[in-house]
Amino acid sequence: MHRRGVGAGAIAKKKLAEAKYKERGTVLAEDQIAQMSKQLETFKTHLEEFASKHKQEIRKNSQFRVQFQEMCATIGVDPLASGKGFWSEMLGVGDFYYELGVQIIEVCLALKHRNGGLITLEELHHRVLKGRGKFAQDVSQDDLVRAIKKLKAMGNGFGMIPVGGSYLVQSVPAELNMDHTVVLQLAEKKGYVTVSEIRDSLKWERERACHVLDHLLKEGLAWLDSQAAGEPQYWLPALFSEMLSQDVTPEEASQMTP
Amino acid sequence: MDRFVWTNGLLEMNETLVIQQRGVRLYDGEDKAKLDVGIVLLSTHRLVWRDQKNHECCICIPLSQVIFFEEQAAGIGKSAKIVIHLHPCPENKEPGPYQKSKYSYIKLSFKEHGQIEFYRRLTEEMTQKRWENTPVSQPIPTGTGPKAGRTRAVGIVGIERKLEEKRKETDKNISEAFEDLSKLMEKAKEMVELSRSIANKIKDKQGDITEDETIRFKSYLLSMGIANPVTRETHGSGTQYHIQLAKQLGDMLQAPLEERGGMMALTEVYCLVNRARGMELLSPEDLVNACKMFESLKLPLRLRVFDSGVMVVQLQSHSEEEMIASALDNVSDKGSLTAEEFAKLLGLTVLLAKERLLLAEKMGHLCRDDSVEGLRFYPNLF
Repeated sequence: MHRRGVGAGAIAKKKLAEAKYKERGTVLAEDQIAQMSKQLETFKTHLEEFASKHKQEIRKNSQFRVQFQEMCATIGVDPLASGKGFWSEMLGVGDFYYELGVQIIEVCLALKHRNGGLITLEELHHRVLKGRGKFAQDVSQDDLVRAIKKLKAMGNGFGMIPVGGSYLVQSVPAELNMDHTVVLQLAEKKGYVTVSEIRDSLKWERERACHVLDHLLKEGLAWLDSQAAGEPQYWLPALFSEMLSQDVTPEEASQMTP
Repeated sequence: MDRFVWTNGLLEMNETLVIQQRGVRLYDGEDKAKLDVGIVLLSTHRLVWRDQKNHECCICIPLSQVIFFEEQAAGIGKSAKIVIHLHPCPENKEPGPYQKSKYSYIKLSFKEHGQIEFYRRLTEEMTQKRWENTPVSQPIPTGTGPKAGRTRAVGIVGIERKLEEKRKETDKNISEAFEDLSKLMEKAKEMVELSRSIANKIKDKQGDITEDETIRFKSYLLSMGIANPVTRETHGSGTQYHIQLAKQLGDMLQAPLEERGGMMALTEVYCLVNRARGMELLSPEDLVNACKMFESLKLPLRLRVFDSGVMVVQLQSHSEEEMIASALDNVSDKGSLTAEEFAKLLGLTVLLAKERLLLAEKMGHLCRDDSVEGLRFYPNLF
C-alpha cells in the first residue's frame, strides 16, 4: 500500500482538470503563454530581417514613419511604449522619438519665461530643427506631434490646442478650458485680441471675456498693452511670428535646467 | 529659345512618337516665349512644339541638344514646369523663331497638367538615347560639332543618368519597404490576437497561472508594445525591466536631487537620464513605471503627483512638514513671496517653487493675493 501524500493528490487533481479542459478542446492559458514565447522568437527574427533591410528608411523617410505608426496603431501596438520593446531595440524608432522628446522639453523650457509655456507647433519645429544642426535626421511636424503625445505620460501639462489650421503646444500645467482655447483661436490671426472683439465674435458678456483674459495674463500667456489706441490689447507671445528669428540669449539659456 | 528650328512637324523614318501633351506654353528662360499655348511632342529624336490654333507654326529641337532637365513644382497661380538646359547653338543651325536669346534654358509650362508622365518619358528617352542608334534621313543639327558636343553631353548626362537610377532605386526600395512592412504587421497582428486570448483566459481563470508566468506574459507584452489588458494597474507589479530601472534611478538621482532641494520634475529627470544614456533611451512611460516602483522596492525616492498634475521625484528624506515649515519661514522672513522670488531664493525651478507654496497654502500656512500682477503668498494670519 503506498502512501498518498497531499502533494500527490493535488497533482492528480490538476492532471484531471487539465484532461477535462483538453477534452473540451480549450487550450489553457499557460500553454498559450508557452506558445507565445515561441512565436515571439519567430517574430523577433522577422523584425530583425526587416530592420536589416529597411532601418535606414525609417530614419530618413518621415512619410514612411507616418505609415509605420499608423499601421501599428491599427493593429493595437504602440512601438514607442517602452525603450525595451522590440520596435525600439531593433528598428531604433524609440531613440529617435525619445531624443526628440528631450529636445522639445528643452526648447519649451528655454522659452517659457517669454511665452508662458505656449508655443506654436511651427515655431517649435523651427527651433528643434535648428538645435539639431545641419547633419541630423530630418524631423517632420508629425514626428513632433507623436513625441509630444508620449510626453503627456509624465504629467507636466504637455498638450496640443488646435488653432488656425495648426496647433499650439502647451508645456505647463496651466488650466486651459474651452473658453480659453476659443479666445486663443480668436487671437491667432493678429497675435492679439481685445474685449470688444471677443464680445463681437463670440457674443459673450463683458465679464466672461475679462475673466478669461485675466486668467491668461496671470498664467503669463498674455501681455497687456494698455497704451494701444482705442482699447487695451491682449497680446499672446506664443503667436508672435517675429520671434521666430530671435535666438535664445545666454541668460535665457542658463534658465534651462540641465 | 534660339535653339529651336522651324519644322513641318512630320516624323522621319525610324523616328517614333513617344508622348504628346496639349496645353503647354514655352518659356525662353524666365520670360514667356512670344508664342501661344500649344502641344508639345516628344519623339525618340526630338522635342517638337506646335501651336494649338495655328498648326503651321511648328518648331523643334533635337534631344541631343539637351544637357539636363528638372522639374519645377507648381505654385499658387503657376503651373508645373519642366526646365530644360541646352547646349549652345550650333553654328550651322537652321532658322527658328528666335535669332538669339540670353538664356541657355527653356521651360515647358504645363497648363493642363501631364508633366509627370512627360517627365518620365523624357527621362527614359534621354537615358536610352535612341536617336544615336537610329539616324534619320534628314540631318538634324546636333551640338557644336558631333564629337565635342557628345563628350560634354556624356559627362553631365552621365551624372543625370546616375541620379535617375538612384531615384528609381530609392523608389523601388520604398515600395519594397512598404510591402515588407505590411507583411511584418500581419505577423504582429497575430501576436496581438494571441495576447488578447491569453488575457481573456487569465481573467476567466481558465488554467492555473503561476506568478512567474504572469510576469513572463507581461514582459512579452512590453516587448511587443501591447497594452496590458489584464491588470487595470499597469504599474506596481511591473516587469523585471522596470525593477532594474528603478534601482538604477535610485542610485543615479541621489546627487542631482540633493543639489535641487530634494525635488525634481519628472520631465527634468527624463532629460537628465536620457542625456546621460546617449542611446537606448527610456520612453516616458518606462520612466513613470519605474518611478512607481520606488516605494515597493523600499528605495529612498518617491514619485509624487501634485494637484495640478505635475509629477515629481522627491527624496524620501525631505519630509513634507520640513518643506512646508521652511516655506513658511522664507515667506515670513520676506513678508511675502511670489513663485519666481522663492525659486531664486532656494535655487529651485519656478514650477517646483510654485508647487511648494501651493502645498503650504493647502495646509493653511500661507494665503494668496491673486492679481493680474501675479500670484503672491503671505503668511496666513487667520
